[in-house]
Amino acid sequence: MADLTCTIAGIRSPNPFWLASAPPTDKAYNVLRAFRAGWGGVVWKTLGEDPPVVNVSSRYGAHHDTERRLYGINNIELISDRPLEVNLREIAEVKKAFPDRAMVVSLMARIEEEAWAGLARRIEATGCDGLELNLGCPHGMCERGMGSAIGQVPEMVEQVTRWVKAATRLPVIVKLTPNITNILWSAEAAKRGGADAVSLINTVNSIVAVDLDAMAPTPVVDGKGSHGGYCGPAVKPIALNMVAEIARNPATAGLPISGIGGVTTWRDAAEFLALGASGVQVCTAAMTYGFKIVEDLAGGLSNWMDDKGYRSLDQLTGRAVRNVVNWNDLNMNFSAKAVIDPALCIDCGRCHVVCEDTSHQAIRIDPGEGRRLFTVIDAECVGCNLCSHVCPVPDCITMRPEDTGLPYVTWPQDPRNPLRTA
Amino acid sequence: MTLTADSPASPYGDLIPPLTKVQAMAEANRCLYCYDAACVRACPTGIDIPAFIRSIATGNLRGAATTILAENIMGGTCGRVCPTETLCEQACVRNTAEERPVAIGRLQRHATDGLMATATAHPFTRAPATGRRVAVVGAGPAGLSCAHRLAMLGHAVTVFEARAKSGGLNEYGLAPYKMADGFAQREVAFILGIGGITVEHGRRLGADLSLEMLRREYDAVFLGIGLGGSNRLNIPGEDRPGVEDAVAFIERVRQADPAAPPAVGRRVVVIGGGNTAVDAAIQAKRLGAEEVTLVYRRGRAQMGATAWEQELAQTNGVVLKTFAMPTGIGPDGVTFEHTALSDGRLAGTGLTFLQPADMVLKAVGQTLRADALDGLTLAGGKIVVDGGFRTALPKVFAGGDCIASGEDLTVQSVQDGKLAALSIHSFLTA
Ligand SMILES: Cc1cc2nc3c(=O)[nH]c(=O)nc-3n(C[C@H](O)[C@H](O)[C@H](O)COP(=O)(O)OP(=O)(O)OC[C@H]3O[C@@H](n4cnc5c(N)ncnc54)[C@H](O)[C@@H]3O)c2cc1C
Ligand SMILES: Cc1cc2nc3c(=O)[nH]c(=O)nc-3n(C[C@H](O)[C@H](O)[C@H](O)COP(=O)(O)O)c2cc1C
Ligand code: SF4
Ligand code: SF4
Ligand code: SF4
Repeated sequence: MADLTCTIAGIRSPNPFWLASAPPTDKAYNVLRAFRAGWGGVVWKTLGEDPPVVNVSSRYGAHHDTERRLYGINNIELISDRPLEVNLREIAEVKKAFPDRAMVVSLMARIEEEAWAGLARRIEATGCDGLELNLGCPHGMCERGMGSAIGQVPEMVEQVTRWVKAATRLPVIVKLTPNITNILWSAEAAKRGGADAVSLINTVNSIVAVDLDAMAPTPVVDGKGSHGGYCGPAVKPIALNMVAEIARNPATAGLPISGIGGVTTWRDAAEFLALGASGVQVCTAAMTYGFKIVEDLAGGLSNWMDDKGYRSLDQLTGRAVRNVVNWNDLNMNFSAKAVIDPALCIDCGRCHVVCEDTSHQAIRIDPGEGRRLFTVIDAECVGCNLCSHVCPVPDCITMRPEDTGLPYVTWPQDPRNPLRTA
Repeated sequence: MTLTADSPASPYGDLIPPLTKVQAMAEANRCLYCYDAACVRACPTGIDIPAFIRSIATGNLRGAATTILAENIMGGTCGRVCPTETLCEQACVRNTAEERPVAIGRLQRHATDGLMATATAHPFTRAPATGRRVAVVGAGPAGLSCAHRLAMLGHAVTVFEARAKSGGLNEYGLAPYKMADGFAQREVAFILGIGGITVEHGRRLGADLSLEMLRREYDAVFLGIGLGGSNRLNIPGEDRPGVEDAVAFIERVRQADPAAPPAVGRRVVVIGGGNTAVDAAIQAKRLGAEEVTLVYRRGRAQMGATAWEQELAQTNGVVLKTFAMPTGIGPDGVTFEHTALSDGRLAGTGLTFLQPADMVLKAVGQTLRADALDGLTLAGGKIVVDGGFRTALPKVFAGGDCIASGEDLTVQSVQDGKLAALSIHSFLTA
């Protein structure tokens, strides 16, 4: 059995699945249920200075797929709206009841040293394992000069991190916002400020849907809507890229990463780990299915690791990073052709029409016996993959690498490049 | 009549219930939106099936219905009665992938019912009046489909119908459990909603109308008279009380007040193997018959009723007996002789049995009543037409069950009517 114990920034947990700072971690009641269900850790819903914030009704918008499964949700919720004192007391109690689980507490304050330092010290007194700085909330808090208003300015990220590091002995995780042009600027700033780890992503600025009757963005609050933070399976690709960028950037390489954004299955988690994360955080999947999913998250990851021969998480973390390169480092001479397995083909014609209408006219239809016969015209196929993605039958269309006998040549070296360097 | 505990609440209720909105969404999302789809090629009317199913999936129910009705104005009836298991659904590629086709028929019903329940205006508009007048004989699927398309093209149409109600077999022949809640008449009203069509009931070709007169007074004539006669068994006892033609029986049930359904025998024997036989058998069972036995002279594979219909009969408590032909009907029941196929020829074995019965329903086929068809060429009991649905008589066209265009099905008759209208239109505007 693979060892799932996880360490990020010195914080240990029995498995790498933490609940992200959000409604599931807003009070003892939920967190106790989560720990009983088997979650390795939590990041307590962001604490701020009193008086507590006030939330609106309603708060969530939804993005469904055609089968009404949630692709993503967005929210216009603020940080914890409960008194600080109550949260701190509950955090201490829960940590005492589950000493082996990671108890990280998220916080957010005005851009003033004493505000951050004071809050950090009060939280440290609970006996928690670490702090997470919320520099990402893209709605409500940023209009008050907090959240992404700080996270979008590298100098402020560095400054706040430094303040908190100076105020506490606890490990500090800096949670980054994706609502920036280059994630490396804030990741590097966090590292300069002394961050022990970064976590990402917080939610993506979004209007998730428009209520066409109310003629307002959802969620609709008394006839009006606002932009909100998008999360769930739909944001995973954005998060994966940002995690990989930090992992392969020389200035931030080695900075521990807590991967967040759309983790729904153990496979998603494995992908985050492969791209450099040491653990993951989950919010939307828990809000969609409840805490019980952790059983399959942990069990599935462990089984897959056994199958692949990975005995611990550190053997897995970062495994795919060296294969993430810039476009200019790709082999221009590689070639793959689509191959259709006629035995699996069900005759839907989708591969043909998409290639015909929108790609390279590379799939021919012949009458065939009973069923039509679909064949790829190798000379026309550019290996774009489109047909294999639209085919409804798994493994019916595969992409077969072609032996061109040509060497690995990148665009900067390619003779077809008028500006080639070699 | 007594209803047993597991009898349906009403013999006039839907045997197959309509899809709920959630079911329709889930089913619509199973469609792959195939290119040059196999299901479309298998539908006699060529409805753009992937397009209408996609519209259901996106919540565009009115668009879905319009896509259907553009090719098949009786999409509502067809969604209820088409033997989809041998037509569109038989071809659906989901059969290959999952051994379960997309439920195209039920989705079609969902869309058309949705439109008919909510639409305030007919979905199609008429072209400017052409001043041409066309006579349509028969207000069945073929006649109404033809009339509708002609009206759409701007012609004025008079439909002559022998009976008191329009709809043809939709009204008089299809089992009530397929056409619950007066659907046939609602659909007729919907079709006529396009305008430009007058229906004259109680006008029978051969009685107060003649082809000669219609040809004189109209620019074109369309015959959609169906098959008005029934085949006889030609065995002793055929005219005894309690022996009835299955089509006439279904008609009696259809036309009865649902509060007072007709009585049926305790032990019913149905003779035949087509869908009429199955409908009559299931109907008798639903009306409270204790034992219903359907007897067919050949095997299950040769039956006109599809495998699905045979199964439906069985799940509704009908006993199927094959390889037996009736030789006589007496006071106690029907005597059958066992048969066998040798070299493809059916022959009696000499062994007989008595199937007890107090009601016998004959379902051995319909025939064309040719009395008023002077001047037309007939072959194999059907009116002969060319590729443009033209008969041997100038200006006279025909379609539906009275010609040999395909199977005798509602959907085929609707297609015939539509194509004949297009042919008449080019004849009138040439
Ligand atoms: C019992 C039964 C069950 C069936 N079940 C199904 C089924 O489940 N699914 C399916 O697809 N098909 C079914 N069919 C077949 C289907 O009903 C027919 O194919 C279809 O109705 C034929 O349409 P039509 O317009 O050609 O003829 P009809 O529906 O027969 O209509 C002909 C019309 O012409 C009128 N008419 C006839 N002669 C004259 C005249 N001389 N003058 C004036 N008017 C006249 C008639 O009164 C009638 O209204 C069934 C048929 C029967 C008998
Ligand atoms: C309703 C809601 C409230 C959230 N509140 C916070 C918060 O208070 N602090 C914070 O750092 N992130 C907050 N988040 C962001 C999540 O912690 C997480 O970063 C984001 O949802 C992406 O992960 P996911 O795709 O697994 O949901 C919130 C998310 C949601 C849906
Ligand atoms: S890989 Fe692209 S080009 Fe090749 S057949 Fe498929 S769709 Fe066409
Ligand atoms: S998309 Fe797949 S199943 Fe459909 S025709 Fe092409 S190869 Fe066959
Ligand atoms: S064949 Fe089946 S899956 Fe394909 S378009 Fe028709 S109904 Fe949809």
